[in-house]
Amino acid sequence: MFGKLTLAAIPWDEPIIMGTGAVVALGGLALLGLITYFGKWRYLWDEWITSVDHKKIGAMYFILGLVMLLRGFADAIMMRAQQAIANNDAAGYLPPHHYDQIFTAHGVIMIFFVATPFILGLMNVVVPLQLGARDVAFPFVNSLGFWLSVAGAVLVMLSMFVGDFAATGWVAYPPLSELGYSPSVGVDYYIWSLQISGLGTTLAGVNFIVTILRMRAPGMNLMKMPVFVWTSLITNILIVAVFPVLTATLAMLTADRYLGMHFFTNELGGNAMMYINLIWVWGHPEVYILILPAFGAFSEIIATFSRKPLFGYTSMVYATSSIGILSFFVWLHHFFTMGSGANVNAFFGIMTSIISIPTGVKLFNWLFTMYRGRVRFHSATLWTIGFMVTFAVGGMTGVLLAVPGADFVLHNSLFLVAHFHNVIIGGVVFGCLAGMTFWFPKVFGFTLDEFWGKVAFWCWLIGYWLAFTPLYILGFKGMTRRMNHYDVPGWHPYLVVALVGACIIGAGILALLIQLVVSIRDREKNRDLTGDPWNARSLEWSTASPAPFYNFAHVPTITSLEQHWTDKETGRAGVQVMGYEDIHMPRNTAAGAVIAAFGLVMSFALIWHMWGIALFGLAAMVATFIQRSYDRDVDYYVPASEVARIESARYALLKQSEKVA
Amino acid sequence: MSTALATNTSAHAGAHGGAHHAHDHGHDDGSRTVLGFWLYLMSDCLIFSCLFATFAVLAGNVADAPTGKQLFDLPYVAGETVLLLVSSFTFGLAMLNMHAGRQAQVIAWLGVTFLVGAGFIGMEVHEFANLIGEGAGPGRSAFLSAYFTLVGTHGLHVTAGLLWLAVMMHQTAKFGLDGIVRRRLSCLSLFWHFLDLIWICVFTFVYLRGAL
Repeated sequence: MFGKLTLAAIPWDEPIIMGTGAVVALGGLALLGLITYFGKWRYLWDEWITSVDHKKIGAMYFILGLVMLLRGFADAIMMRAQQAIANNDAAGYLPPHHYDQIFTAHGVIMIFFVATPFILGLMNVVVPLQLGARDVAFPFVNSLGFWLSVAGAVLVMLSMFVGDFAATGWVAYPPLSELGYSPSVGVDYYIWSLQISGLGTTLAGVNFIVTILRMRAPGMNLMKMPVFVWTSLITNILIVAVFPVLTATLAMLTADRYLGMHFFTNELGGNAMMYINLIWVWGHPEVYILILPAFGAFSEIIATFSRKPLFGYTSMVYATSSIGILSFFVWLHHFFTMGSGANVNAFFGIMTSIISIPTGVKLFNWLFTMYRGRVRFHSATLWTIGFMVTFAVGGMTGVLLAVPGADFVLHNSLFLVAHFHNVIIGGVVFGCLAGMTFWFPKVFGFTLDEFWGKVAFWCWLIGYWLAFTPLYILGFKGMTRRMNHYDVPGWHPYLVVALVGACIIGAGILALLIQLVVSIRDREKNRDLTGDPWNARSLEWSTASPAPFYNFAHVPTITSLEQHWTDKETGRAGVQVMGYEDIHMPRNTAAGAVIAAFGLVMSFALIWHMWGIALFGLAAMVATFIQRSYDRDVDYYVPASEVARIESARYALLKQSEKVA
Repeated sequence: MSTALATNTSAHAGAHGGAHHAHDHGHDDGSRTVLGFWLYLMSDCLIFSCLFATFAVLAGNVADAPTGKQLFDLPYVAGETVLLLVSSFTFGLAMLNMHAGRQAQVIAWLGVTFLVGAGFIGMEVHEFANLIGEGAGPGRSAFLSAYFTLVGTHGLHVTAGLLWLAVMMHQTAKFGLDGIVRRRLSCLSLFWHFLDLIWICVFTFVYLRGAL
């Protein structure tokens, strides 16, 4: 019945893990207790867990990302502390097996459960609003996708306390990840958490492509879509094109581990390089999946805060599309040392260098947008400028690594680690935090605290440079990645500086949390009555803050690339148009959360070889899905009178804000 | 199909009263679902592409296990192929009847499709059981791993399709051929024909290539 699961699976003898477990358990209990004490279960269930509102799902993706950021950062600071101590005779405080799990979990969490939820959250909040749509194409699928991601995150968290996590590195190369070398459940946790959250991401990809292609407001042709929507479209095309590859690759690894097959083993004809090729066919486009929406967010922000239209809209669209296509032709640069020969390496090296051209186009477009603009140094602007400086350096070290000869020397070193943190922190994280600052009022109706936003920015920027510049240098000095211990005294000072940098990033994360608390406390003071707190340019700012659940009372008609700006110039913005009509909306549903919960049961059972329970989980998922297909009452009409009431209240607030101004 | 979807739109809008017809921006006329389902199919196609690519790379890695030439029984596989192609034809008949609005015939042809599809799965399970019985199971060589995974993944898809067929027979009986049932039958039809197409590739690249 319980397969391999026994009480011995809980690491009783590891004080760090048990301490963390106690804190998480107590914190969780306190949270559940508070929800019960304040009687908020019904509210949570009705308004959030069963919600199909894209704005709420977007906000929940952000909460998931922030919670997992804390976990991923805890891993990071533990690694930095270990390396700052474990020099020469000192062994550090982390045993190798635990350390290996930590660097694996750090990578997996940061990519799949921080960056991915952040960009899916941004797209959920922004895309339908920028399209002038009332929801996404498949609201139930959207809810299902989110809860599947949560199930994946829960599995990763569970692995810390029940059993262990993979100790293989975040892409789990075989033969190390095969049963012979990783006999524990760690790799199984890895496989099933990625499979279940990857399914959620694929569903989101399909959903957003259909939303963008089929739900644009009348008049919005493709070249009138805001840049953020364009970057989202390309990102989702990439998601649908490469996440199936991840699914198939992990499925084959699963077959090796569970059914004794020989896809990637050393014996009986298995070929480990097949896995490594396949995982990077997914993995390289994945980094563009993460960065493109961030580029889109920066484009919206820099135009708004420079008070100018975005420079080179058309070139931005073509640059985004080119990056999307080129991203499929570079995967081999992750293993130039495979031995595929000089010509193959030259091809992939050149393709990798070429991809920097459209990225450079974007950078110049942002610079020219700022040029002669009246730039407001809002915290969102600071994130954008910090990104431009940081990312440019990361791009250049990337081009350096794209030269196969240089890569032979630098591969698997801390130079590589510094490079990808340079582009992911400087690009994706800065972009998502900038986007959060920018679009927060559209979801919650009040702006975030500026002071703590700026503190967070400076801590992140300084912390990033202090933490990763030493790693670039150490890479040149020959320090390889993932070391639990080293005996080169010359490396030690650099690793101490890197630890200080990581602590400053920690202060940045703390500042973000304080920012949220302070902003919620002062929400009345920072309330956005206008719906357009930044004097911005695209459609989402034409509706109220927070946007009503139906987004737009009247479906807007699009005549301009910057519709809201044009409306403001021609005096059509902020004018109440009467003649409301009934609005068709999807009903909330618990099916998404329920299916994901059974998915969690199934995955956990599969990890521990509890076959009966796994079968039950699968059957329950399918049965819930089928039951949902019999539900014919999935939508309803908001009466025109209700729309009129909400809209009149909104315009009354707008008048009030004009009087204040 | 476009005619069917057009009918579907007016039928659906009619249910809520004609007044909503003109401004129904948030309303799916069926085309969204079909586009979404096409995208899903393409992503599924990529899963098969990975399995085909892996099979191509590992096909020669037979270790000391039997090869395809020794194992494959082409006439038997041709029988499976005929069953699957016939099931696609009978599904086509079901769809023609759906467009003509004949509910009972739709259910009947879906039932025939189900039986023929189940026959295909039965033959495949029998084939797999034989291979494992002969000592040529998926753990014997990389070639056999790739073979069982590729063919088995197709078989799992067909099995899911059988479950879906059963549900749709019941839904057609329960709800009649309304817009939602038509939309779902259109998707299932796409799925079923897609699996046929994948099978043609399996037959060509796995069995024919392997038996030569």
